Amino acid sequence: MEFGFTTAVYVVAAVLFILSLGGLSGQESAKRAVWYGIVGMALAVIATLIGPGSSLWLLSVLLIAGGGIIGYYVAQRVQMTEMPQLVAAMHSLVGLAAVFVGFNAHIELGRVLAMDDTARKSLEGFAALIAKKDAVEVNILRVELFLGVFIGAVTFTGSVVAFGKLAGKVTSAATKLPGGHALNAGAAAVSLLCLFWYLGTGGFFPLLLMTLLAFFIGYHLIMGIGGADMPVVVSMLNSYSGWAAAAIGFSLGNDLLIVVGALVGSSGAILSYIMCKAMNRSFISVILGGFGGTGGPAMEVEGEMVAIDTDGVAAALNDADSVIIIPGYGMAVAQAQQAVSELTRKLRAKGKNVRFAIHPVAGRLPGHMNVLLAEAKVPYDIVLEMDEINEDFPDTDVAIVIGSNDIVNPAAQEDPNSPIAGMPVLECWKAKQVIVLKRGQGTGYSGIENPLFYKENTRMYYGDAKESLDKLLPMID
Amino acid sequence: MKIGTPKEVFKGENRVAMTPDSALQLQKLGYDCAIEAGAGAAAGFSDEAYEAAGVEIVKTAAALWKAADIIAKVRPPTETELKRLTKGKTLISFFNPAGNEEGLELAKSKGANVIAMEMVPRISRAQKMDALSSMANIAGYRAVIEAGNNFGRFFTGQVTAAGKVPPAKVLVVGAGVAGLAAIGTAVSLGAVVYAFDVRPEVAEQVESMGAEFVYLDFQDDQDGAETGGYAKPSSPEFREAQLAKFREMAPEMDIVITTALIPNREAPELWTEDMVQSMKRGSVIVDLAAEKGGNCKLTVADEKIVTDNGVTIIGYTDFPSRMAAQASSLYATNIRHMMTDLTPNKDGQIVHDMEDDVIRGATVTYQGEITFPPPPPKVQAIAAKPKKEAKELTPEEKRAQEIAEFKAQTKQQVTLLTVGAVAMMLVGAVAPASFMQHFIVFVLAVFVGFQVIWNVSHSLHTPLMAVTNAISSIIILGALMQIGSGSWLVILLAAVSVFMAGINIFGGFLVTRRMLAMFQKS
Repeated sequence: MEFGFTTAVYVVAAVLFILSLGGLSGQESAKRAVWYGIVGMALAVIATLIGPGSSLWLLSVLLIAGGGIIGYYVAQRVQMTEMPQLVAAMHSLVGLAAVFVGFNAHIELGRVLAMDDTARKSLEGFAALIAKKDAVEVNILRVELFLGVFIGAVTFTGSVVAFGKLAGKVTSAATKLPGGHALNAGAAAVSLLCLFWYLGTGGFFPLLLMTLLAFFIGYHLIMGIGGADMPVVVSMLNSYSGWAAAAIGFSLGNDLLIVVGALVGSSGAILSYIMCKAMNRSFISVILGGFGGTGGPAMEVEGEMVAIDTDGVAAALNDADSVIIIPGYGMAVAQAQQAVSELTRKLRAKGKNVRFAIHPVAGRLPGHMNVLLAEAKVPYDIVLEMDEINEDFPDTDVAIVIGSNDIVNPAAQEDPNSPIAGMPVLECWKAKQVIVLKRGQGTGYSGIENPLFYKENTRMYYGDAKESLDKLLPMID
Repeated sequence: MKIGTPKEVFKGENRVAMTPDSALQLQKLGYDCAIEAGAGAAAGFSDEAYEAAGVEIVKTAAALWKAADIIAKVRPPTETELKRLTKGKTLISFFNPAGNEEGLELAKSKGANVIAMEMVPRISRAQKMDALSSMANIAGYRAVIEAGNNFGRFFTGQVTAAGKVPPAKVLVVGAGVAGLAAIGTAVSLGAVVYAFDVRPEVAEQVESMGAEFVYLDFQDDQDGAETGGYAKPSSPEFREAQLAKFREMAPEMDIVITTALIPNREAPELWTEDMVQSMKRGSVIVDLAAEKGGNCKLTVADEKIVTDNGVTIIGYTDFPSRMAAQASSLYATNIRHMMTDLTPNKDGQIVHDMEDDVIRGATVTYQGEITFPPPPPKVQAIAAKPKKEAKELTPEEKRAQEIAEFKAQTKQQVTLLTVGAVAMMLVGAVAPASFMQHFIVFVLAVFVGFQVIWNVSHSLHTPLMAVTNAISSIIILGALMQIGSGSWLVILLAAVSVFMAGINIFGGFLVTRRMLAMFQKS
């Protein structure tokens, strides 16, 4: 098949991919948008298979089908609470694939350069593409594949560690080797040296050394970031996997790879930006781990936590006309979304105005809470984001906080010395009554004392979120 | 340990310190409960109701005082009652420690611990056991009801076929807990309510209840608030201005409710005889300060009198007792909260922690020592500091701010574009044409990506990540192109890549579809 045809198909696929991302602006159009993506991907793969330069297509189809079966199985089986892990795991695959493809490009390059002119003419496919390049272009190719491998390697180990942290297989606390960021900086510097070495000699060793260093950077960077910053990490890795694809696209001279890589890369970058903004922290401070320095001692918290029992919560809910529920990571941990949904259904059946308030960084993945609630069949038009609902708290009878902590911390507004000062938070304490479902009296992930729990209109409903709600449900009449 | 509640011996006292509801809660703390037969009858709680709640009924007062380790009651104990205390017993009740020296001495000599409910410090966390406030709330409500009972007209204004009825005008003097409760009740009955207090910062609270705050023409610092949220005595000039204002209002008012009290002093005289004389026939005055001599000198404690010009003055001192069922359930809850604080381990054992501000403040005798008056509490709250108001911007300032913002934005964009363009040209100057072709595609794709992604709705961020994940496995194209050309190593690596990308494509798209199918409209 002609090269021109393949390119034409690539253009169609690129347009479909853009439409597929653009369609995610609304719940209904999103359902159509996924199909655009699927068709685009299918077109791209078929065109490549029948296009110039590919062979062994039977093997390729078998491999894709084999991968597809695993992918299908995983997609059907995964729990919605496990979405962050799944996304991280899939990033690692893209990263590793980018490393392999980069290596291949290097090997091919070496093979082609070793040939004489007559042999080159007989080449086809990817090798033929390389054979046409002059000296400058070969160097650029090397830079590109070097970059592709570097980003791919960082993405790979970073995603594996992120997966481990999200799945609870690795401690989610921030841990660093002695030396901290100096180690990362050192590894990056040596990698840069490797680039010049590689350009000079064209040997495999600098490439391999750099790959190992990049593996280390990915591992160490993500190990040093704590659990609550995971939304930023996952979207950052998403971005990296895109940039890796784009870099590989450059080295292979494939425009579709470049376009899609750039789309994914910018998508991840924007998500990271939104997450950072929601925490009022700079991207750098998240990546370097830990909270920024504070200017003085934290404000003294006055008052005491007042506990409430199931009867009290039921009475408050039965009397309330308007209720706002604020879910957090704790709801996902306790698998309480079904109970929350049932509670919502019962309260709505009584004509009460029940809504959900979602903070941008609630959970461990951007939009995590929305997906969990959707799974539990909570209608999406009562699930609102922070800016839409923050003004409504003063008119709300009861605000229920389920397993969230820092995103409802009034210290962010009231205490300029708080580590999270200035972070936009859900102002649930303005509701007439706040009920906090919480395991015990401890502080949240960030270790910051939460004055909300000590407010006069706050009642603490201790216990596992799911068990507490199950006890509560029969008492809502 | 056992908590017992005797029948109140004070004549006309209908309240009781334990209700069946509070008994259930006390049992959850690990205590046994006992009550004297008939103690709740006047408040509408029968012995059967107590029995059903697991409370032991004790025939006589003497037996109850003997059996119980903790005695909860309402009125200050009589001498007989105090003599029944023994070492180690705890008494929780109103005690009036400032004017009850013999009582204190007697309790001390008996070695009993006494917690006086009126001594609970007025700090936020002690509000749940602040019996003075809960009783004052009832008094305020009842004062309006009593006034209405003795007032021959409607509260609310009406226009009927039988003629027009003007709304009643109510003045509430002193906007403490009782005053605010009275305001709320009178407003909800439809009256036009005015309120006065020496602490100007309560104006906001008064207005939030729907009444009009009466301001004085007085230049000096009007602040009459003392620490702890109570009023302090005012200067003679201030008092004159205040009385002049009242004198001006007196002929207009149909109902006057006075609640002005200053801690440990005679109630200040605020409604003088000439004001009563100038009031309309049929008007009503309710003096909630009657017990401390009254805000009006004509008031007779515990009685209702009618003056020569037909003004009714009510001086009852037992308003809470007149609503015994309500008062008992609130008071019993206050007691129950006190017990919760005294029982940190919920094991039915009292831990009398003298380090705790609230418990220390309320304890008047402890282990044979008089511990009254308490040291000032460590936390002083309630009378809030005036809030700093955010500066209101004038339209011009707002406009200027907007223009400045727009300028800054333009500047930022132009800078970015310039830097980007220069960088692009620099790259173009050195890079070969084949690279630039791809580079242009790349830059445009990044640009399109940024424009498109900003519109993605927040709630779909997880599906977005899954989709981008699926399409980032476009890297499969690279692997497919390489799989045919070259050595076995290349084929192997490419094959593994194709396989992994295959997992990703199917997994990513399918999981996205699964997620999106779940989003439903209500």
